[in-house]
Amino acid sequence: MEDMLFYDRMQFAFTITFHYLFPQLTMGLSLLIVYFKGKFLYSKMEKYNDAAKFWMKIFALNFAMGVVTGIPMEFQFGTNWAKFSELTGGIIGQTLAMEGMFSFFLESSFLGLFLFGEKLLGHKLHFLTGFLVFLGSWASGYLIIATHSWMQYPVGYEILENGKFVLNNFGALFSNPWLLPSYLHNQAASLVTSSFVVAAIGAFYLLNNKHHEFGKLFVKTGVVFGLISSLLVAFPTGDLVAKNVVKHQPATFAAMEGIFETEDGGSEIVLIGQPNMLEKKLDNKIAVPNILSFLTYQEWDAQIKGLSEFDESVHPTNVPGLYYSYHIMVGLGTIFIGLMLLASVQLFRKKLYQTKWILWSLLFMLPFPYIANTTGWYTAELGRQPWLVYNLLRTADGASPTVSSGNTLFTLLGFIGLYLLLGLLFLMLAGKIINKGPQLNQH
Amino acid sequence: MELFWYIVLMTMLAVYVILDGYDFGAGIIHLFFAKKEKDKKAITNAIGPFWDANEVWLIASGGVLFFAFPTLYASSFSGFYLPLMMILWLLIFRAIGLELRGQIHNKMWETIWDKAFGISSLLLALFFGVALGNVVRGVNLGGVVDGVSTHEAHYFFLPLWNPTFSPQAEQLGILDWFTVLLGVVGVVALTIHGANWIIFKTNSDLNEKLKRVVFNLNFVLLALVVISLLVWHVIEPKPFHNFLDKPWLWIFPIITFIGLFGLFKVKSFQKHGKGFLFSSLFLAGGLASTVASIFPKVLPSTNSINPDLTLYNVAAHEYGLSVGVYWFAIAVVLVAIYMVIQYRVFKGKMDDVGYGEH
Repeated sequence: MEDMLFYDRMQFAFTITFHYLFPQLTMGLSLLIVYFKGKFLYSKMEKYNDAAKFWMKIFALNFAMGVVTGIPMEFQFGTNWAKFSELTGGIIGQTLAMEGMFSFFLESSFLGLFLFGEKLLGHKLHFLTGFLVFLGSWASGYLIIATHSWMQYPVGYEILENGKFVLNNFGALFSNPWLLPSYLHNQAASLVTSSFVVAAIGAFYLLNNKHHEFGKLFVKTGVVFGLISSLLVAFPTGDLVAKNVVKHQPATFAAMEGIFETEDGGSEIVLIGQPNMLEKKLDNKIAVPNILSFLTYQEWDAQIKGLSEFDESVHPTNVPGLYYSYHIMVGLGTIFIGLMLLASVQLFRKKLYQTKWILWSLLFMLPFPYIANTTGWYTAELGRQPWLVYNLLRTADGASPTVSSGNTLFTLLGFIGLYLLLGLLFLMLAGKIINKGPQLNQH
Repeated sequence: MELFWYIVLMTMLAVYVILDGYDFGAGIIHLFFAKKEKDKKAITNAIGPFWDANEVWLIASGGVLFFAFPTLYASSFSGFYLPLMMILWLLIFRAIGLELRGQIHNKMWETIWDKAFGISSLLLALFFGVALGNVVRGVNLGGVVDGVSTHEAHYFFLPLWNPTFSPQAEQLGILDWFTVLLGVVGVVALTIHGANWIIFKTNSDLNEKLKRVVFNLNFVLLALVVISLLVWHVIEPKPFHNFLDKPWLWIFPIITFIGLFGLFKVKSFQKHGKGFLFSSLFLAGGLASTVASIFPKVLPSTNSINPDLTLYNVAAHEYGLSVGVYWFAIAVVLVAIYMVIQYRVFKGKMDDVGYGEH
């Protein structure tokens, strides 16, 4: 029974981690493509249209990867988490079905028009199809996070005698206080990924001395959007999400921050340190006194409960994993803001395109927003453990009762092999498109 | 309310089979009949801008199944674990075959993705037929062994096959001679359907040949349908009892046979969409007749200990089902608008779409 649950969790974790590498770029990049196309309509400068066309090629490839790795996600609720689906399907099924009906149809119908319809539609309608694809992908994110928010902070339900969760207030799913901060935080983070990707490719062209005009355009666009989005990720959205966690999941908050014991006179903020689970303390800690209390409650001496105040049965199951995920996310987020601030200063001084070390940094920063997004989600998901529905349904009680570990490991290995292939193909083909670069005035 | 969502779900599945069915069929035609590069291009152009939206009907049907009939979703998805995972992998291969083929101009690269697209389309057609066969045959609900349930009454697990390949064994498998027979029906019907779509949407040189293919395969299809009906009693002793009780249900088999017999005139059709219309009738009618024969069961039990799953004992609670009607109504209107726009922009022949050209 134990290893059954382990493989179910591994498979979901692996497939969702791999899947979400793609939608985070899809959502942000669709906005940037709409920006380029809109800028072209407004300025009539051909380079913006060429830029839009170039990113559409990456987008198409990325979108295809997102679609094919997304379908297994919806299936796995039923295949691997049958008990969870049976008990809560009447509620989370609503938002997931709405995602299919409202966003997937929108995205997929207009993606075909967007990718192949420029000649048929003319530029204005083409812009509109791009906008609708953007809308569809952001609606998809919204409905997924509505589902996620219900699992973190269940609302609008009652539990029947047979253990089934029944919806009794549809509106509550969308007025859930968990939803809006999480959604905005996530969308800003997806824009961070896309801005860094655009800036990195621009830096690649500038450092390579090719496609010079596009190199500058991409670096500039990436830096401006990158600065705005990395600031938004931290404040106000990240701050609001953290306040939800401290209010509704205090044990999770303590584990995230590495606070094992309640401290009188205010809690310190931990920058570095390794959770020592045997002695329930942090090893090699570097911390700044009282900052955490201030950030959380705007009072220097506010009390924050340590993990020891909560019963072991509600402790997050993987405290070190949760702690590292959160700290990697926050650390990277801080670095993103710093780099984008420096780049913006140089941009403002009109020296950015000559400042090689910033261009190199932008190029090498490319993978890190993906890591930050992934660890951000790990923070949310590991933070919810040991629950599927917070405080109400345990993860151990949600798995499929009849699917044995041998079968799950078989399919997990299959997914690992298949996704390795997909990942290699994606990198190879994206590399080919990037190396070829944008084409001038292609008609 | 349960009945309403049942009809919605079945309608969505029928739309899915008609729409993605032509993609599968086009893949099979691509595999067996498209030898020249020009023909291959014609086929991928004809489905290129649509296949992704078509596949959404599967996802959306899955979503409606999840929210309206969570117990059925949970029971069947975990019970049919292995074939569903394989369907997922095949869907992935088919999609990347289509999307990646044009990214690199190299004979070997193109051949690999052509085969990936064609073979996964073929296997998907087979698997969807097999899936329908499994649903009407029923499963060993509760995993009964020697008269004792080994799971909760509405859960089960099926291996890919059992040594006897018999649909009457106590311990069933996904593949037995009955479900494979329906799988073959699926392959033949979707091949015909895909050919009709290509004839409808292209000016390809293949079209005349494909009309002959449709005509000849239609005899095979008729024979397979007759054989299936003759052996149906193996899985259901009284296969027609629903149709005798509710005579209006005969509308579905009638539609099926209009579609089937209409296709024999394929060679004389002047309007190119006509063949596609008839194969759509066959598919929708065939699916509706099959599920009507077991109505209101949605997954019959093959043992006498645990009850059948019916649309009434697997549905979600009343409030959720009612409130869903509102958003669903809005969504359906939107989807209809998208489809009208999509099919109007790409109306007529699609030989020049340039799908997959980079």
